Amino acid sequence: MVVTGLTDEAPVVRMRGIGKQFLGNAVLRDVDLDLHPGEVHALVGENGAGKSTLMKILAGVHRPDSGSVELGGSEATFGSPREAQAAGISIVHQEFNLLGDRTVAENVYLGREPVRRGQVDRRRMEADTAELLDGLGERGISPRTPVRRLAVAQRQVVEIVKALSTDARVLAMDEPTAALADHEVELLYGLVKRLRQRGIAILYVSHRLREVFDLSQRITVLKDGEPVTSTATAELTPDQLVRHMVGRPLDALFPDRAAESETGAVRLAVRGGGNARLAGIDLELRAGEIVGLAGLQGAGRSAVARAICGVDPFATGTLELEGRPVTIGSPRSAIRHGIAFVTEDRKGEGLALRQSVRDNALLVRRAAFGRARGLGALDLAALLRSVTLVARGPGQEVRYLSGGNQQKVVLAKWLAVEPRVLVVDEPTRGIDVGAKKAVYDLLRGLARGGVAILMISSELPELIGMSDRVLVMHEGRLAGELPAGPSEEAVMTLATGHTTVEAA
Amino acid sequence: MATGTAVAPRPAQRLSRVLQPTVVVYLALVLLLVAGSILVGVRGGVLLDQGGILNILTRSTALGLVAIGQTMVILTGKLDLSVAYLIGLCSLIGAETMAGDPGMIVPAVLLTLACAAGVGLVNGLVITKLKVNAFIATLGTALIIRGYLESAYSGPAGEVPRAFQHLGYARIGPIPVSALLMVALAALAWWYLMRTKGGYHVYAVGGDEEVARFSGIRTDRTIIKVHVLCAVAAGLAGLFLASRLGSGAPWVGVDAGYDLESIAAVVLGGTLLAGGRGGVAGTIGGVLILATLDTIFDDLGVTPFFKDVVRGAVLIVAVALYARRRGALR
Repeated sequence: MVVTGLTDEAPVVRMRGIGKQFLGNAVLRDVDLDLHPGEVHALVGENGAGKSTLMKILAGVHRPDSGSVELGGSEATFGSPREAQAAGISIVHQEFNLLGDRTVAENVYLGREPVRRGQVDRRRMEADTAELLDGLGERGISPRTPVRRLAVAQRQVVEIVKALSTDARVLAMDEPTAALADHEVELLYGLVKRLRQRGIAILYVSHRLREVFDLSQRITVLKDGEPVTSTATAELTPDQLVRHMVGRPLDALFPDRAAESETGAVRLAVRGGGNARLAGIDLELRAGEIVGLAGLQGAGRSAVARAICGVDPFATGTLELEGRPVTIGSPRSAIRHGIAFVTEDRKGEGLALRQSVRDNALLVRRAAFGRARGLGALDLAALLRSVTLVARGPGQEVRYLSGGNQQKVVLAKWLAVEPRVLVVDEPTRGIDVGAKKAVYDLLRGLARGGVAILMISSELPELIGMSDRVLVMHEGRLAGELPAGPSEEAVMTLATGHTTVEAA
Repeated sequence: MATGTAVAPRPAQRLSRVLQPTVVVYLALVLLLVAGSILVGVRGGVLLDQGGILNILTRSTALGLVAIGQTMVILTGKLDLSVAYLIGLCSLIGAETMAGDPGMIVPAVLLTLACAAGVGLVNGLVITKLKVNAFIATLGTALIIRGYLESAYSGPAGEVPRAFQHLGYARIGPIPVSALLMVALAALAWWYLMRTKGGYHVYAVGGDEEVARFSGIRTDRTIIKVHVLCAVAAGLAGLFLASRLGSGAPWVGVDAGYDLESIAAVVLGGTLLAGGRGGVAGTIGGVLILATLDTIFDDLGVTPFFKDVVRGAVLIVAVALYARRRGALR
């Protein structure tokens, strides 16, 4: 695709020195962003870099703590998404905001239905929707079809039409292709092109580098809430972009890796595993090693964990434990087979917050193993000491503990059943550095004791620092495997499917 | 789900459109009438003679009134469990205010409906502003009304003037006037839901409250509105029952189980208990099915226990059938 030169026209949106804090944590610091009519401005960065927050400030969901937003040359602060919408800024959310049982037209004009003589003017609503769809070249969608009957890509079109129906001059799109299949992405490309021709300014947030290079004229990279660079797309190569996105110093928080001799036989093997979200998953976990699972949000990392642990099991392929094929159809069967799963959502899935440390720590053991299957007597005090838990006592309710100590209770709960395979999903999310170090040491200690560990983390330095091998996922498949201590660039290259840029 | 871009209805889709719950309900009603006529005929009776039709329609009237209101509440994804006690309360307010005086009919009706609207308003406010789950909020209201009724009344009270009794008994051929009024109210509710902005928002709130809110709909207002409308509908049912009985009766709504019965009729009519899909037309079909079943069983002299078994089975089978054809979005 031909990249047109940057417009010299005045920007329609000018954001200057934007800063935002949540609970004392700076999420954005001193960010500038210009959006020009007819231009796609891509906003990229790792998970948690502040992209969504910046977008929400533009759309009036959040107010900036510092800095200014100008729209069409005059200062504009929006108190609500509705005010932003009235000013011509619309947002296309990553998750669909549509009602499946209502028609396309009813969804597009939801809450703004035209009224004539006391009745909703359906004819006008449908005609206007048809006109908007026509304008985008989408003649295949009837305004009268219930949204439930549309394909995902068509729903995306409806979402965009809904945004446009308010006469938007600025359109913010958050991961618009996240839900689309490859052939549906083409449809979106055409749509974006036509929106540009109409002089609409587009802020495009995406993880997929290929799209960023195909569609955008300008790229702003955010890292830890700060702008790294803002450059014309034509002046940037994919390699340079990846380097801008990563590249921070590795901490010395991580314990030493496993020596060759410490890694044992294959403990768990998946061959050709697949389900609704995954395809062709082949992986092996050896006793004593920590295998990192990298990938962008939505690439299927958690889906692999959930499949191995029986939450959303594999529908195809085989799973072997110590060389014997087993069927894991539920979390209970996974636990009985010695597979433990520390989930990503600690408070929702990991803990019974209003119960005591003791009850939480013994939960799995009591639930999955009766006395007859006894694992031998359990020394609760020793268990809690081993995870270095700081609590007033085993009777304390878990909700009063810090995030780090809560996570230690989750780990204790699983250690109580002496797992042979441990799957940890974002084990250090939202906990302080000291607790992180404790978790790292604990995981490495378990590996030394012969446990096979699969670790998922969005924090690349952590994943790289901890793992003996790194598997990288891209769109539901394993994109490749990297040896211990890969560069962040190497991981990101696989994770963003960057190779396809060169192939294209 | 389909990934193609074609939207032209395929045969399977056309079939599923024919099998809309509303259509299914009326087909089932026809089948039931035919089967019932045969069964009753075998016993030497006639199901659909003048008396039979009158019986079915009279049974349908009070339940229909309540169910119309309940439909709106359920379409927003809520429930109203207070209607049964409210019906009793309203029959008493109406009959006691009239006290046999024809001149008091209009003030009594207005007062009754105003009281009902007040109860609905309280329900709506408790649900939206105090964030109490609708099930609990309306159950609480029901208990409060029950407590009042139990302490203040030991049996029927008040007296309805003869002119008002006509409302309950007047008919044109086999068709009771009150049933026509009920159908007229149903038509009005249908128009409101299908044609007005307010009705659109009822569906939106039930479909997904968050989506509705993000689209700028004042969801609280919609929820309060449907609860007021539902309570007013229950008030009308109370007035109708007072005109049939000649006086107000505290337990007239509870004894007939109008709370759960109205929910059953709505669900039988194809409205999703979770909200967002369905409508009044199906509800009226559901009401007629329940009334027809009752009439058939009465004609056959079946024990009430067996009656309940069949009604329960019909309800479960119907909802299971609807559940099978639910599409997938979220």
